[in-house]
Amino acid sequence: MQALYAQLLVGLINGSFYALLSLGLAVIFGMLNIINFAHGALYMMGAFCAYFLLNLTGLGYWPALIIAPIVVGIFGMILERTMLQWLAGLDHLYGLLLTFGIALIVQGVFQNYFGSSGLPYAIPDELKGGMNLGFMFLPIYRGWVVVFSLVVCLATWYLIEKTRLGAYLRAATENPTLVRAFGINVPRMITLTYGLGVGLAALAGVLSAPINQVRPLMGADLIIVVFAVVVIGGMGSIMGSIITGFALGVIEGLTKYFYPEASNTVVFVLMVLVLLVKPTGLTGRAA
Amino acid sequence: MKQKISALLFGTALAFCASAAVAQDKNIKIGVLTDNSGLYSDLGGVGSTLAAQMAIEDSGLAAKGWKIDLISADHQNKPDIATTIARQWIDVEKVDILMDVLNSGVGLAVNNVVKEKNSIMINTGAATSDLTNAQCTPNTIHWVYDTYMLANSTGQALVKAGGDTWYFLTADYAFGAALERDTTAVIVKSGGKVLGSVKHPLNSSDFSSFLLQAQASKAKIVGLANAGGDTTNSIKQASEFGIVAGGQKLAGLLLFVTDVHSLGLKVAQGLNFTETFYWDLNDGTRAFSKRFSDRMKNKAQPSMVQAGVYSGLIHYFKTLEAMGGNVHDGAKVVAKMKELPTDDPLFGKGSIRVDGRKLHPAYLFEVKKPEESKGPWDYYKLIGTTPADQAFRPLSESACPLVKK
Repeated sequence: MQALYAQLLVGLINGSFYALLSLGLAVIFGMLNIINFAHGALYMMGAFCAYFLLNLTGLGYWPALIIAPIVVGIFGMILERTMLQWLAGLDHLYGLLLTFGIALIVQGVFQNYFGSSGLPYAIPDELKGGMNLGFMFLPIYRGWVVVFSLVVCLATWYLIEKTRLGAYLRAATENPTLVRAFGINVPRMITLTYGLGVGLAALAGVLSAPINQVRPLMGADLIIVVFAVVVIGGMGSIMGSIITGFALGVIEGLTKYFYPEASNTVVFVLMVLVLLVKPTGLTGRAA
Repeated sequence: MKQKISALLFGTALAFCASAAVAQDKNIKIGVLTDNSGLYSDLGGVGSTLAAQMAIEDSGLAAKGWKIDLISADHQNKPDIATTIARQWIDVEKVDILMDVLNSGVGLAVNNVVKEKNSIMINTGAATSDLTNAQCTPNTIHWVYDTYMLANSTGQALVKAGGDTWYFLTADYAFGAALERDTTAVIVKSGGKVLGSVKHPLNSSDFSSFLLQAQASKAKIVGLANAGGDTTNSIKQASEFGIVAGGQKLAGLLLFVTDVHSLGLKVAQGLNFTETFYWDLNDGTRAFSKRFSDRMKNKAQPSMVQAGVYSGLIHYFKTLEAMGGNVHDGAKVVAKMKELPTDDPLFGKGSIRVDGRKLHPAYLFEVKKPEESKGPWDYYKLIGTTPADQAFRPLSESACPLVKK
């Protein structure tokens, strides 16, 4: 039974990465209607950005948590301005192909320069060590990841669903022409939204740098699972993607305990089942 | 009568000419089949192709009128892709020899193709000891290391040092299964016990669930029967979960110098594991590695897999030279390679056994503490050597059909 508690907690930790990443995807899809396949590559760039900040400028983990999402977010906004904006109104397939291509190029460039085995990034001193919870040894850093990502997820949800800015955003997706008529710069808002989604991915990258090796393919391994999370939660649903992210982390954790061989398939089995029963995802509305 | 004799002479002359023409074929085509983009690309990948290029240059065959072509491809760690490339290379591109072929699943699959087509494979990257055991063929040489030798060297040393209960984290494919099987045999033989194991999917990023299970088993040694990024992530996360601090010891059964480099000494220090090549072993290895790392984009030192590509090709070239030309007959060339002793600055003097196993010493290393390291890539302390004749599976235990008992 104790082991089970431990697995549940570990599942929550992984779930927080799924939640952060799928949240970014959901924001981008919900507002821009783009299936952002470059998300994994941008997550990886976040981790690399933290690595460079530490090794080139001496800036540690805490500044990186703020700077990396901004830097990568700006990179994302440049992508949006120069390429993605021309795809507005076209079939989803074009956006998917473009972002997938961008992901391959970015990963290829990083791999060319940094190889595949990755670079070390240490846990910040303040979060080293762990505590004994009785049923498991919880590294303090992992606890921090869960709490921090939960806060970020809820803040993003609040921003989009409950504030005036969020209301503009949602209105702009619904009817851009009308919103523009009210004197709101819709293209700029869309660019900023893409930057926000990308920033969330980069933030997840910084969070994961001390846990995983900083590797060019770290995002490629994760992105497929995250897409499954988004599909299960319902494309474009903010709260749905947060909840499914955490829930699937837990389900995957339990699978690792009961039948470890299936742990990287279980998410996809669930996806198939959900699509069969409710094609719009658990919280999605019919289009 | 006279006419008959002259006809006979003419015929003999013609036959002689024909055989001379075959023997003087001085074309060689080498194919490096490796992981160029995935989790193993640092220990093989472009470094393997570079090692092959260096072997071609160092052989001096070009000056003697030989024409050597080198091609390479990415098998993406997928056996089906690898066999398709291998077939195309052998049938269409007329490749004579396949090098590297890392990943045990891939290695075993290509092994069959190479035998069917009577080509040659010098496998320097796959770990599974089955390549020279039940699956051995007259066309394959297993050059650098195998699971039996890793288990024998690392496993035995750790059990002797008091680590008599084990729990395995095993990569869920041919390699992990072989490594766990071979290590278990050694542990049991040395008086130890295996308490359990958990199989994780290849290329996992999170190992915390598996590590917790290993922690709960209370085994003294947590054996990592995985490789590449899986091993480095396991080690990094094990330190996070306080596995070593809690009194358990990690055994990285297969670690490469590129993995230690990527982990950093702070995390990797104190690990014991076995390799057959290290760049800083002697003058010969240092000289080669200096030239190698100068030509690598990230200035990496060669892994044992890449060193094996160089060493294997040097022997292959020597053999062809001794035969006077390339006969394009895989089994025949491999038989000759087994006859000749091997000698190169990287692995020293050695030999190739009838089952295709290349023999050389195995070195047990310990990773240095950060303060012991004198500079980049100065990572290992040599703590034990198993001589060539004891490092690998003895022929008496072999299930290879080529071994006559």
